[in-house]
Amino acid sequence: MPAETAQPHKDHKAVPKPTPETKPFWDACAEGELRLQYCTACEGHYFPPRFFCPTCLSRDVEWRAVSGRGRLYSYVINQSFAPPGWETPYAIALVELEEGPRLMSNILDVPQTPEALVLDMELEVTFEVRGGVAIPQFRPVAGGAA
Amino acid sequence: MSAMQLHADAAINAIADCGIDPRDIDGLACTRVEYFAPITLGSYLGLTPRWVDSTFIGGSSFMALVGHASAALATGQANVVLITHGESGRSNVVNTPYPFHEDMWEAQFERPYGTHTAHTMFPLGVLRYMKDHGLTPEQMASVAVSTRAWATRNPRAWLRDPITVEEILASPYVAYPVHKAESCVITDGGGALILTTAERARDLDLPHPPVYVVGAGQSTESPMISQMADLTTSRAFRVSGAAAFAEAGITPADVDHLMAYDPFAFVPLYALEDLGFVARGEAGKFVEAGGTAPGGTLPMNTNGGGLSYTHTGMYGMFAIQESVRQLRGTAPAQVEGVEVSVCHGVGGMYSSGATLVLSNRLP
Repeated sequence: MPAETAQPHKDHKAVPKPTPETKPFWDACAEGELRLQYCTACEGHYFPPRFFCPTCLSRDVEWRAVSGRGRLYSYVINQSFAPPGWETPYAIALVELEEGPRLMSNILDVPQTPEALVLDMELEVTFEVRGGVAIPQFRPVAGGAA
Repeated sequence: MSAMQLHADAAINAIADCGIDPRDIDGLACTRVEYFAPITLGSYLGLTPRWVDSTFIGGSSFMALVGHASAALATGQANVVLITHGESGRSNVVNTPYPFHEDMWEAQFERPYGTHTAHTMFPLGVLRYMKDHGLTPEQMASVAVSTRAWATRNPRAWLRDPITVEEILASPYVAYPVHKAESCVITDGGGALILTTAERARDLDLPHPPVYVVGAGQSTESPMISQMADLTTSRAFRVSGAAAFAEAGITPADVDHLMAYDPFAFVPLYALEDLGFVARGEAGKFVEAGGTAPGGTLPMNTNGGGLSYTHTGMYGMFAIQESVRQLRGTAPAQVEGVEVSVCHGVGGMYSSGATLVLSNRLP
């Protein structure tokens, strides 16, 4: 990973600051892989990272790579006040992964319009390096865009 | 006025309104008055409580505080409880900032995607709701139209001009698919409530008949909108509503009046379904048909709501006040024959829910 600090300038987009509990997630992103925790007791993935399973409270959890594929669950297109670094209109999306958990994200490589952003369209993960951190983003699966 | 001044101004008004001796107040509850609510409030007002509460679950905190105060009164931990709210959402004079830290989940997993104020997060489930339940833009707009129709009768409402579905649909989006007129106003304001036992209320020479708390419920879901189990229904609403109705021993059919916290036009649709007033997917049709408007079977948000009356940042206090006014018969847009009013709050995005069943008669 670049040795850049994770301190965004006031005119720049926010950069996540990993904590000890979330560091494996962000380390995996830096390696170009989406990795989530998996509970071996109740056999399911979960997100965000924590040291136990939020379904059964088991501590028998491990990090597993996931497919990086999902579908567009829902979104908004911000058309008014924007935070630092953003220019409206832009979509904030919820992606439901094949493995179940849902992530907030942006949908890249597609116009930020209701016509182009079709619910349930198939998506795949990609990573945007910002302030030294690789952030999971999504784009339509090739040939899968509506 | 600063937020603290608004708290105190409301408290003094409430004390005068019920005619109670302020020295009888032995319970204090408020939230987000500087960092040490309600310590600051007690000191500012010169009151010495023996019961305090500062639950902070966002805008529904006030419904939760009423529930907590009722339990304290029932168990003798307090005799007279004062609950206050003050927030200068518009002028932003000495407001307590909402807590936000870089290592919060929200900072790591939502903020990097361009989330900001509520309009970038709260409406994230609306498109899903529309696709799954067939909600139309016209139906969502009709919530704001119905609420504005009530606001035209409230001289204190921030927005009072009637509005139509067509005007809303032709107006700019704040965040697609939600238009600006489907988003709450931003105001300064304060409010206060005084609670005591039913027995004590009978002994006091009150200028208004008392309103009884007959049911209360509360719950939480996730601090992050992205982690709700299902973006078309609120688990917190379902749990808090069921708890309040069970304690009151009523069903939705017994309810004459509903205050459904409305930071955005779609939120009352969730409340109507999750509290059981209509079946899943039916709320949009119900509102579009005038069910919640003046003359409808379930008058809702009769003060003009957060959409048209007032929204300081945490609206819950104002919803409770309107339920009380309707039950007293003193609301600007008074509905005939209100005996049971349900007042439902939301906090964060759908992070919390809290519900009260209020009545002007003891069950």
